[in-house]
Amino acid sequence: MKTIADIMAIRDKMQSQIIVRDNSDGEIRVVVGMATCGISAGARPVFNALVDEVSTRQLKNVKITRAGCLGMCKLEPIVEVFIPGQEKVTYVHVDAEKAKQIVANHIVNGNVVTEYLITNV
Amino acid sequence: MYRSHILVCGGTGCQSNKSQTIFSEFKKQIEEKGLDKDIQVVMTGCFGLCSVGPVVIVYPEGAFYSGLTPEDVTEIVEEHLIKGRLVTHLLYKDHATTQAVKALSDTNFYKKQTRVALRNCGVINPENIDEYIAYDGYQALIKCLSGDLSPQDVVDALKKSGLRGRGGGGFPTGMKWQFTKDAVGDIKYVCVNADEGDPGAFMDRSVLEGDPHAVLEAMAIAGYAIGSNKGYIYVRAEYPIAVERCKIAIKQAKEYGLLGQNILGTDFCFDIEIRLGAGAFVCGEETALMTSIEGNRGEPRPRPPFPAIKGLFGKPTLLNNVETYANVAQIILKGADWFASMGTAKSKGTKVFALGGKITNTGLVEIPMGTTLRQVIDDIGGGIPNGKKFKAAQTGGPSGGCIPAEHFDIAIDYDNLISIGSMMGSGGMIVMDEDNCMVDIAKFFLTFTVDESCGKCTPCRIGNRRLLEYLEKITSGNATMQDLDDMEKLCYYIKENSLCGLGQTAPNPVLSTLRYFRDEYIAHIVDKKCPAGVCKSLLQFTITDACKGCSACSRKCPVGAISGEIKSKFTIDQSKCIKCGACIETCKFNAIVKK
Ligand SMILES: Cc1cc2nc3c(=O)[nH]c(=O)nc-3n(C[C@H](O)[C@H](O)[C@H](O)COP(=O)(O)O)c2cc1C
Ligand code: SF4
Repeated sequence: MKTIADIMAIRDKMQSQIIVRDNSDGEIRVVVGMATCGISAGARPVFNALVDEVSTRQLKNVKITRAGCLGMCKLEPIVEVFIPGQEKVTYVHVDAEKAKQIVANHIVNGNVVTEYLITNV
Repeated sequence: MYRSHILVCGGTGCQSNKSQTIFSEFKKQIEEKGLDKDIQVVMTGCFGLCSVGPVVIVYPEGAFYSGLTPEDVTEIVEEHLIKGRLVTHLLYKDHATTQAVKALSDTNFYKKQTRVALRNCGVINPENIDEYIAYDGYQALIKCLSGDLSPQDVVDALKKSGLRGRGGGGFPTGMKWQFTKDAVGDIKYVCVNADEGDPGAFMDRSVLEGDPHAVLEAMAIAGYAIGSNKGYIYVRAEYPIAVERCKIAIKQAKEYGLLGQNILGTDFCFDIEIRLGAGAFVCGEETALMTSIEGNRGEPRPRPPFPAIKGLFGKPTLLNNVETYANVAQIILKGADWFASMGTAKSKGTKVFALGGKITNTGLVEIPMGTTLRQVIDDIGGGIPNGKKFKAAQTGGPSGGCIPAEHFDIAIDYDNLISIGSMMGSGGMIVMDEDNCMVDIAKFFLTFTVDESCGKCTPCRIGNRRLLEYLEKITSGNATMQDLDDMEKLCYYIKENSLCGLGQTAPNPVLSTLRYFRDEYIAHIVDKKCPAGVCKSLLQFTITDACKGCSACSRKCPVGAISGEIKSKFTIDQSKCIKCGACIETCKFNAIVKK
């Protein structure tokens, strides 16, 4: 037997898990290069870290997707952030730790994490 | 946390095309690859695009794969899930552009729909109450029970929303709830009509299969509003998946204390039981349905008294259709004004239709009231296949009528459809093209109602059988114009004198085809011809001068009716021909015509 508070807790917990299925527009997109090159360079833990971070912070308008090879295999894992109305930002040599910083600094606080940018390589 | 979700359609259409095997195959391969911590496989309710089933959506990309076989699973796992490349050749192709479309939400089929009753179908796992809760499930019930809304507030909200019964009649739902609330009785019941017997309709089935909790929640809200502690789901045994998911849903809701004693710690108690129907069409009629729940033979009884006053076990009873209930929680949560902002002056909200017949995208669609037939058939349904011309659409099944091409731009709502001699019905929409004979269609529906008549009253039991005999006389070329007149009179007689809705509406398909296609009836009677080439007794198979004398047809004819000399024209002996059409299929030169 659950109370109203229990049901609310279930809702909040489940909502963070199903945002993966939301396909609505006007959202921030984070794209991870996940071709063979990206995966062998460690894109999968990056992807999982992004998903985790976005869900713990309950960022409902952020969608994380995969892309194929971006053509710069030696810079993988690559993460691109698309915020509506802003220019695309490309991060390179990302790992799980950096991925979390990108979510916190760039997506939440709006500060691009300049040290991981492609322009630095 | 899963990085990817695979949604496999578990609606009846897809299950009959092995979606269960596809589901297990995904599970197996994902486990073998050690990805089961990252990727979740979920079985959902109907997505709507049944014609291209089995369908699967892979999130976060939203990639929409259609027409899959179990053998395709390996490729999707290897390419998409492991390497992150969409398997383009398995993606759904839009009929208009024949281009592969990535996401379901990008298809023409989806873009023009508005999903209220079907909002969770194909989105959640219907066997997991937590997923329903995630999409604001049971929030409307909480809103009621936490004291925000009094029972009268709930009824008022429904009245204000303009919701009308989706079971066919279109009776204002708020008024029905008010009558039942005001009725005096120590016990009251809440029932849902999930009998859905009209040929070609599968809306209610899909709601129960895809989102059973939405119906449970609405029933509990109804119980709160009218003062009832007991609900019944009347569903036909022919819908095993719907029955199973309802059972699971009730069990889960009870475990969470969302059904049963003292719901969510309040004083409100409400329990739901399932009653299986044996699949008689007449048991969808409200009084027959309740008689059947009581354990008796499902026969209608005269009204009044209406169920709101004297229903199940002689007590005040609220009976609504599945789709009607599926709208309720949304109205409570989003407000009556939101609901009333969709639709036309007297028909608010949306309506689900099961598209069938001669249409590219057979399946399930939900449109705002007031959408035109043209939009439904051309834009959403993808038009008529094989370049054929639209002739008519039958709505309301065996109780309804046809909408001919001249009304192609009619805005679909309750009143407009009635004004042109059809009706909304429960939502079956069968599309017909130039190859359909309208007399034959009328005969098809009448054969159904004659079969399904319960036999309690004479006008329906005997009248409809006589009516069917007239139609058989016409399609076999033996009728006179006098028969046509007599038949029309009989239609009105049956309508006026039958006891229940089944008999009262049975002649509708005949009357509406007579109204719009009288010339076809006359062609059968006077010219002894079936213009569409359907009624066999009126057809003649003949061989034209295009015949090369190859003898292929004469070898194929099962009764040896074709003879001739090689390299000269063959002939068909009409006295032997049984009009099976085998010769037409065999002829390489299109030299055989049926007229
Ligand atoms: C022969 C016959 C069959 C019917 N079948 C159904 C049915 O399958 N499902 C349904 O909801 N209503 C059916 N109805 C309508 C019901 O009698 C009733 O009006 C309806 O369930 C009320 O719910 P609503 O107000 O939500 O539409 C049928 C009526 C007749 C006369
Ligand atoms: S109208 Fe037909 S189905 Fe209805 S009670 Fe009479 S015989 Fe039975």
